[in-house]
Amino acid sequence: MTATVQVTNLVKNYGSFQAIKGITFSVDEGEIFGLIGPNGAGKTTALRVLATLLTLNGGTATILGHDLVKDASEIRKHISYLPEDAGAYKTLTGRAYLQFIANFFEAHHARDMVKRGIEIADLGARIDDRVDTYSKGMMRRLLVGRALMTNPQLAILDEPTSGLDVLNAQEIRKLIKTTAEKGTTVLLSSHNMLEVEYLCDRIALIADGRIVEEGKPSALMQKYQVRNVEEVFIKVVHQ
Amino acid sequence: MSGLSNILKKEIRELLTIQTFLPIILIALIFGSMGNSIHGITEQTKTPPIIGLINEDNGTLGNITASVLHSAATVVYNGTTDADTQQGLTTVQQKNGAALIIIPSNFTTDIQSNKPGSLRIYWVMKGAGLFDTIPSSTVEYLITAANTQISKTLITNQSVNATVVLDPTTRIETTIFKNREFTGLSPTVITGFLSTQSLLIPIVMMMIIIMAGSIVITSMALEKENKTLETLLTLPVKRTSIVTGKIAAAAFIGLILAVIYMAGMSFYLGGVTSIGGTSIGNLGLALTTQDFLIIGLSLFITLIAGLSLCMLLGSFAKNYKSAQTLTFPITMLALIPMFLTMFFDYDTLPPALQALTFAIPFSHPMMAPRLLMFHDYVLVAAGLIYVTIFAIITISIVVWIFKTDRLLTGSTSKWAKVFKLRRRRPF
Repeated sequence: MTATVQVTNLVKNYGSFQAIKGITFSVDEGEIFGLIGPNGAGKTTALRVLATLLTLNGGTATILGHDLVKDASEIRKHISYLPEDAGAYKTLTGRAYLQFIANFFEAHHARDMVKRGIEIADLGARIDDRVDTYSKGMMRRLLVGRALMTNPQLAILDEPTSGLDVLNAQEIRKLIKTTAEKGTTVLLSSHNMLEVEYLCDRIALIADGRIVEEGKPSALMQKYQVRNVEEVFIKVVHQ
Repeated sequence: MSGLSNILKKEIRELLTIQTFLPIILIALIFGSMGNSIHGITEQTKTPPIIGLINEDNGTLGNITASVLHSAATVVYNGTTDADTQQGLTTVQQKNGAALIIIPSNFTTDIQSNKPGSLRIYWVMKGAGLFDTIPSSTVEYLITAANTQISKTLITNQSVNATVVLDPTTRIETTIFKNREFTGLSPTVITGFLSTQSLLIPIVMMMIIIMAGSIVITSMALEKENKTLETLLTLPVKRTSIVTGKIAAAAFIGLILAVIYMAGMSFYLGGVTSIGGTSIGNLGLALTTQDFLIIGLSLFITLIAGLSLCMLLGSFAKNYKSAQTLTFPITMLALIPMFLTMFFDYDTLPPALQALTFAIPFSHPMMAPRLLMFHDYVLVAAGLIYVTIFAIITISIVVWIFKTDRLLTGSTSKWAKVFKLRRRRPF
């Protein structure tokens, strides 16, 4: 299987602080890969680097065969990034926001993209209301719709269900699963271990800027003789 | 620790930032420099004005006038006939004087015949700022003092004609300014007219920059606060397009605001068609269509330069609150040239202030109308070239920032160390 994402010894510094200390992993095509770890472990930094937002200070990374440093513009055509706690332009309606994003892509696809975005967001008549009237759950659904409507080859989702209630979180998890089944590779971060267990084909446990364990959730649970990923993480960190 | 002291400590720690103090420090510095300027002006008013004097009149009243002028002014040229006029004028100009005053031969006899005596005055005007007229105002004060002295003499001699006693002299004035002669106009009248005509652009420029600038800075801050910027930067769109789009949109809104504002001001200025009874066209002070196009071009390029600067500042804004602070430097940069061009002419500024005025891009459209009235195209062209280069460099820096981590991570650790700012590590 072809690796959609290939990261080798990636290093990221903020001044003298080293946030990522040389991580290596790969994500295969159509796979849901989770970066798991506590707050401050370096998950978001890693995703921001791979989303072409931040430059790397060491190592290499390729996405869909394109070098992250040299071909950032090309990579942006094929990826979609959903930041944690992201917002939308408050003066726009949900539909106008999706249209605004779709306009950055090829014109003949824009109408289909908006239609798909509206379907994914599933906001009913509220899609024509201003974004600043949306609840947190509605906003997140709109943004997930935005992130997935372009049919990206790679979706980078930072804490996709962060702050959502059980029902909204469940719906978004289902959406991510369905999207991956249709061929989109998903790289996500989460500190919700149960969510990761449900969603991810493979996971990497990250702590203090380093990957401390990697594999399929079931395989890791078997390896550490525990019942869930949360316990795997606790065991790995305590080692 | 008590509740009060705990809250007090936390509040002070939050408020004790460079952002809180910088605006006030800048205001204090500006007031300080303004105080120095005003002190200099006060000193200038105490200094006797430099004049030239040609007294063709041997009569009592002519001598009284000459005596008053000699006692309170530094007379650098003394002549006795009309033929000395050109030489006197040259001397006054060389000695940085304010005026050449000619007392004609029939001065005393005219007044004694109940006709006001005519003083011929050649004003040498150096600048058209409000403070540039101080030397001529001091001379005007001396002429008033001479009038009072003449009135006293007339009353003492009991040769009283009320009209002449109250106003014993008239003036035939010619003002020489930027190698042009304005017959029948005093420096005060010319300055008043030029101030009225050139007031529009500085105010419009200041208003647009402050309004459109705050739109750009706030937009950047809100993009960061709502994390819409992160999404935007991962979309297939060039950084240059994002920067240009934001600047162009703010410029468009700024120009709409300018048109609305200028429409009102043009009605106000449209009423001024003559000064001292002479039409401004005949005086050669009317702006041509070409001049208006140059002013418009200057205004537009400066707006782009200003908004680029706002974009640069906005890229450092972390949130809406910090954006409000960042509009302050822009406001100051718009206010400084507005006041400088209002109070002084560019030519009469000290070299350091000339350099400062030229370096601030907003100065150029503010100075342009007055410069164009006097056909000083070189300075206008130099300003246009400078502002264009300024805009290109600033936009390039902004685009570069958009390509670096700095946009999302804030200040560099080097600067953070310099200012001892505590920076939250982004994860």
